[in-house]
Amino acid sequence: MKLRRPAPRRSPAVRSHSVRARKAQSRRAQLRELRSRMARPGAARPGGVPWPVVARSPAARRLGACLFLAVIAAVVTGPSGDADRPLAGIEGSFTPARAAGFAAGGLALWALSIGADRLTTRLRSAGHGAALGGGRLAALGGGAWVTPAGAAWASFRRGRWAAFRRGRWSAPAGNLALLAVAVAVPPLLSTAAQQALVSEIGIYALLALGLNVVVGYAGLLDLGYIAFFAIGAYTTAYVTSADAMPWHAPWQVNPFFALPVALVVAAVAGVVLGGPTLRLRGDYLAIVTLGFGEIVQLLANNADGVTGGPRGVFGLPPLSVDLPGVHYSWGLRPLPYYYLLVVLIVLVMVVFGRWERSRTGRAWTAIRQDEVAAEATGVATMRMKLLAFAVGASVSGFAGVVLATKQFFNPQTFGLQSSLLVLTIVIFGGMGSRLGVVLGALVLQGTAFLLRDTVPPADRYIYFGAVVILMMIFRPQGLLPPRGPRAPASPGPAAAPERPAVPTERAGAPGPAGPAASTEAAR
Amino acid sequence: MGSAEQISQLTIDGLMVGALYAVIALGYTLVYGVLQLINFAHSEVFMLGAFGGLFASRALVPAGATPSGLTSAGLVLFGLVAGALAGAAAAYALERCAYRPLRRRGAPRLAYLISAIGASLFAFNLAGKEFGRQSIPVPDLFTNGTVVTVLGAEISTQSLVIACTALAMLLAVDHLVAGTRLGQSVRAVAQDAECAGLMGVDVQKVIVVTFVLGGLLAGAGGFLYAMTFNASYTMGFVPGIKAFTAAVLGGIGNVRGAVLGGLLLGLVESFGGYLFDASYKNVIAFTVLVLVLLVRPSGLLGTRLGRPA
Repeated sequence: MKLRRPAPRRSPAVRSHSVRARKAQSRRAQLRELRSRMARPGAARPGGVPWPVVARSPAARRLGACLFLAVIAAVVTGPSGDADRPLAGIEGSFTPARAAGFAAGGLALWALSIGADRLTTRLRSAGHGAALGGGRLAALGGGAWVTPAGAAWASFRRGRWAAFRRGRWSAPAGNLALLAVAVAVPPLLSTAAQQALVSEIGIYALLALGLNVVVGYAGLLDLGYIAFFAIGAYTTAYVTSADAMPWHAPWQVNPFFALPVALVVAAVAGVVLGGPTLRLRGDYLAIVTLGFGEIVQLLANNADGVTGGPRGVFGLPPLSVDLPGVHYSWGLRPLPYYYLLVVLIVLVMVVFGRWERSRTGRAWTAIRQDEVAAEATGVATMRMKLLAFAVGASVSGFAGVVLATKQFFNPQTFGLQSSLLVLTIVIFGGMGSRLGVVLGALVLQGTAFLLRDTVPPADRYIYFGAVVILMMIFRPQGLLPPRGPRAPASPGPAAAPERPAVPTERAGAPGPAGPAASTEAAR
Repeated sequence: MGSAEQISQLTIDGLMVGALYAVIALGYTLVYGVLQLINFAHSEVFMLGAFGGLFASRALVPAGATPSGLTSAGLVLFGLVAGALAGAAAAYALERCAYRPLRRRGAPRLAYLISAIGASLFAFNLAGKEFGRQSIPVPDLFTNGTVVTVLGAEISTQSLVIACTALAMLLAVDHLVAGTRLGQSVRAVAQDAECAGLMGVDVQKVIVVTFVLGGLLAGAGGFLYAMTFNASYTMGFVPGIKAFTAAVLGGIGNVRGAVLGGLLLGLVESFGGYLFDASYKNVIAFTVLVLVLLVRPSGLLGTRLGRPA
């Protein structure tokens, strides 16, 4: 007997949210389209597909995303407003010419992403697709824009380049080459560029290396990291100069001795902050450290009789060597400080490289991946987290010494934005990757420096914020992810090389995550 | 300690500010209840809502004029709605851009925090660029004067407006979460998202609704805040932290807890600011936050969303 099935009613309550329905978006949309075509032939528009289906199809969604991006880009790159005419910026962003241009850009992006997607699908069906990793991009509406180039790059990466990277001499050779560039190029640059190399790139690279221990190795989000930088700088002022701050040490020492002092003071501050707070879960820790950073800045600003308050600190003696027979002062030019920073950075990188592969480093990895499991297998989690905090803080203190001997600073130097900038560098470079964060500092800050005439310094952070979001969406492992067999995993599944090209849609929420939610179970 | 008048004045002021904190804290608490995540960008939603209300009321009120009577009531309502809508739009965009892509990938917690921080950095600097980096006052929507005197404390029109609106919103949200079908699904997702999905709750939709709801509240709260303290691109940070403190104090994920925590924090701050110094109000709030987190991380009322207090 032939059953006539009633047309399936599309009840909104059960349409798309059972766990099983978390298949790829496109497939679901296709099904829906088919179903609605079968169910309501009369409702079909002349085009053949009812409007809601068109509006919710992946292509339409992607069009929406691209146009949204275009609008955002128009506003971000547009003129700025001010308090008298606060809407002038937005109005100026959408003059007819600009609006048309950005709309065209959005459409072009859409077309490109759709086209790239088609190409990816075709290539994948031909067996090449897996290497492209386009799925992650496609899932968000970006599309693998440079698909043919991507294919070439993938085959290159799997071929000779991979063999070279696996080779015994590749790493030392590459590092030496980088170091040679780092040493040889700066003297050729302009003074302004050298200045930026010191105070915007070098110091931030050092800071990022320190934060990398906290965020990248141990997986603790520290938003008050810059406070240790401040502590290092003010400590230097305290021990090296009698008149820079109202409060000073009874005797003054050579700034080089400030390095160990600042290191110890910052590490102690790290332990003092970490002691009570590291028991907290990740997001609480973030907000408490944020508060700590604010309080340190507030104290530096308000304690006028101790720190000099908003006037800031200047006139510290520059770094100098006064040994019998050797006299050298770092003076005012940026280049000597640059080389000092290179030495410090290399030193820190080498030390952390050893550390990363030690028992301690493995303990940090364990804590980052699953704290409860780490605790259960005998890692002294509290002590290890404190250690990570103290190590990060001491590197930050180090950087503070260089800053203090190099240039003027005041409480404004140590704002929340600087903390977030360091975090941005770490995210951009690759959490857990030493070379990555240094390159991250170079690329981000270097770009900001090169574009200093087009993008005012205050507006840089708009782009930094966008960089953070985009990195978290498209490349959570960062520019240069940590490598090696025990690649410290960045948040996100990308650490696993052989993952399905289309990410599975997971439950809406990270599950019934209690305080003990395993942070990386999803991988 | 001062006289009875001072005490009652401090109490009134504290409750007024506390009501605002409570309104913002609800956004944190709702999102936390559903996602178990602190929405770091919530303070920017608050700020954008304030600007939304500000521009709406600037568009209607001519410079220098001070409306009165029913007109001002309408204007306040209009500003509130505009602020709430702006906040909701911001919250929705935030969810779409900074949260959903990560959720789709099943990213670890740290990733959400970081992308929310990125969104916050982006939003507030963009606002600084667009709207200027000085604070902008909301035009006068009513004549501000003393309405009643309670135990020597003067209650101004402004505090009355803020208190009434905040109260209305708090009651509405409480009803929404505790007594409607939508609230039921929010609570279901908060308890167990996976299971709620299996029972036919649209988890994705609930998450969006939660964000939008938080955004509505924060936007309206932002407008109220801006009426007193003006709007500026950095205005979100401090109230955001304080509202978060309030949410934790009451028990994060707990709607009534957020209200209680907000009012309490307002009082603590008001009296603490009087006892020490007004410039240390922020330090007081931070200290409260740290103490609560250390001593009783589950807050006063426990951390379950929607369970009756």
